[in-house]
Amino acid sequence: MKRTVFLGTLTVAGLAAGASAAATLDDVKARGKLNCGVTTGLVGFAAPDANGVWEGFDVAVCRAVAAAVLGDASAVEFVPTTGKTRFTALASGEIDMLARNTTWTFSRDTDLKFDFVGVNYYDGQGFLVPKSLGVSSAKELDGATVCIQTGTTTELNLADFFRANNISYEPVPIETNAEGQQQYLAGACDTYTTDASGLASTRAAFENPGDHVILPEIISKEPLGPLVRHGDNDWGDIVRWTLNALISAEELGVTSANVAELGSAPGGNPEINRLLGTEGDLGAMVGLDNDWAKRAIAAVGNYGEVFEKNIGEKTPIGLARGLNAQWTDGGILYSPPFR
Amino acid sequence: MSREQLSFVRSHMLPEAPPPTAETGAIKWLRENLFSSPANTLLTLVSAYVIFKIVMGAAPWFINGIWDSPSLTACREILGGKVGGCFAVLTERWNQLLFGFKYPPELYWRPTLAFVLLFVAVAPVLFIKYLPRKLLVFTGLYPFIAFWLIWGGPIATPVFALLGVLVGIFVYFRLLRTSAGVAVIAGFLAALVFWILSGYLKAPFDGFLAMEAVASRDMGGFMINLMLGVVCVSLSLPIGILLALGRQSSMPIIKWICVVFIEFIRGVPLITLLFVANVVLAYFLPPGTNFDLILRVIIMITMFSSAYIAEVIRGGLAALPRGQYEAADSLGLDYAQSMQLIILPQALKISIPGIVNVAVGLFKDTTLVSVISMFDIVGMIRGPILASPEWNGVYWEVFGFACVLFFITCYGISQYSQWLERQLQTDHR
Repeated sequence: MKRTVFLGTLTVAGLAAGASAAATLDDVKARGKLNCGVTTGLVGFAAPDANGVWEGFDVAVCRAVAAAVLGDASAVEFVPTTGKTRFTALASGEIDMLARNTTWTFSRDTDLKFDFVGVNYYDGQGFLVPKSLGVSSAKELDGATVCIQTGTTTELNLADFFRANNISYEPVPIETNAEGQQQYLAGACDTYTTDASGLASTRAAFENPGDHVILPEIISKEPLGPLVRHGDNDWGDIVRWTLNALISAEELGVTSANVAELGSAPGGNPEINRLLGTEGDLGAMVGLDNDWAKRAIAAVGNYGEVFEKNIGEKTPIGLARGLNAQWTDGGILYSPPFR
Repeated sequence: MSREQLSFVRSHMLPEAPPPTAETGAIKWLRENLFSSPANTLLTLVSAYVIFKIVMGAAPWFINGIWDSPSLTACREILGGKVGGCFAVLTERWNQLLFGFKYPPELYWRPTLAFVLLFVAVAPVLFIKYLPRKLLVFTGLYPFIAFWLIWGGPIATPVFALLGVLVGIFVYFRLLRTSAGVAVIAGFLAALVFWILSGYLKAPFDGFLAMEAVASRDMGGFMINLMLGVVCVSLSLPIGILLALGRQSSMPIIKWICVVFIEFIRGVPLITLLFVANVVLAYFLPPGTNFDLILRVIIMITMFSSAYIAEVIRGGLAALPRGQYEAADSLGLDYAQSMQLIILPQALKISIPGIVNVAVGLFKDTTLVSVISMFDIVGMIRGPILASPEWNGVYWEVFGFACVLFFITCYGISQYSQWLERQLQTDHR
């Protein structure tokens, strides 16, 4: 997620993005397939199942865009990228968009010449501790040994947090999440820290998840979202508003089950009408037809449905909505109006 | 007393007595090898204890292993707190581990057949003394058959590639009389021209005997490791020989090209070359060009290993006494003949352990492609399998399985090379 992007930065900065900038939409339509960059595998966010079909929270964004643009949620070529290859793949034009739980940061948005189109998951760094440690707050972790992935922003956040609270810790450097799980279970460290979503899925894979708790403190902001290249704002608009359509659909109560009915004729709520194209012509403004949002919602469901299906409380990962609830429900998910 | 009774010389042989029990069979072996001195006895007891602990620790894990379960959680429920491996991940994801997650399941027979034919094709090379030479024809055809089986597409592609090679060989032999160097270059050019021309000729045959095509990015699993290993080893051996000879050449340009190539490639980590193949090349190629990723990786790994093999063979060449070179010259052999008949057979024999070392290392290095998001067996495990909600948390079983596959292959290669060394042993040490 936040692996050092040294190589990507170097290549991107060294060689200005030479790929053709404009008219990604035309390229995608001509190709008949959306090239979407995803991770090589992260529980709940993107992974192929036993039949080789990609599934997950980030995958749903790709499918929604494909449904909106091409009318077919399966017309996606998933290009698996690692933390090191993701930015070059996007900059070189190998992929049209990247939905790979990438943290939106200043330098990535500006220096690497990308546009983050929004946030589909608000994450933050947390702490996982065994219940037997008897700790209920991260501030009680004075003198603890902490398993931490080296070369990531989590390492820096950790140092900041402990310094700000004037307590000490001893880092146990690890390389990957898998190694972190093993070290933590083997008792090499008192607590393991990484993104809260990662902690939740790690904990879910334990033999006795009930013996471990995630502490309430979230010590960093990790807004994860899809991104596109600089230079083609039309294409960026399409991806941005497809994501917003999924979020608005949940707010307005449009689901994959009732979208066909609501979209067949103009109803009582003018915003739903505009969203589903029964009133006005928002689709034409982004270069698509008026059914674009209807297709996206029908294909993957609204934001809430995507969340529940892939990472929600009924799945093994079991993430609560938390910050990712709609603003009307106490979260910070807030789509600009469709008008 | 009679005379006989007085005799003190035994008049008949005693029957042979069995040796004392302490000096026979297993007991003797134990006494001599395991309990020969107090220190040795102590070591034996400690080792036996350690082995016992390891076996007792590992045995339940294997014996209680679950082979049939839809997910890790279900596995743990079946085990109910007992220690046991969850090998069900191997049975459920078997095909993914071997072929990757995108290779069409109904076509699995094609790479499998290519794999079986691989043994038929390499046998005549490996056991050249024991099998008829005619079988080498199949070895020559195998790359084209395997390409067609694994990638599919119209049969015209491999057929025209084969014809191009044949044209090149034909030109080479026609010009061999005039000059070997010219013949090599002309043969190469002829093949190239033929391939370019065949691009236009091929279209009408596209539908003919066409199998369903599979794109490179759809390949994965152990299949990729095997493909990369086999192709790169078999390509880098001849290239390595040429580089080693070139490095010893008296022609300065050839010599310096070889030296620079070898030193540059050896000075760069393989993973850097792989990153170049994956990401940096995309900037240099015109936008929209789709230069096959597997081909790029094959080129990089081949370059890497041929530089190493060249150095190993140079060691073999240097180990030959000068007298061998002079003997070849005094027989009136030209350069090509003396190399073919006198020098290389001896130099290669000396280099066998080194070459096998490079080959085994190269085969294991193919797992590095997982860092450039190719789904070889390690990529499959780290990516799709460990990231699936069902199998997140399974480590020992899957990585152990990968170890077993690699061990079988590498141990096989090393056993073969030891056998070959014994076969070629001509001295009387």
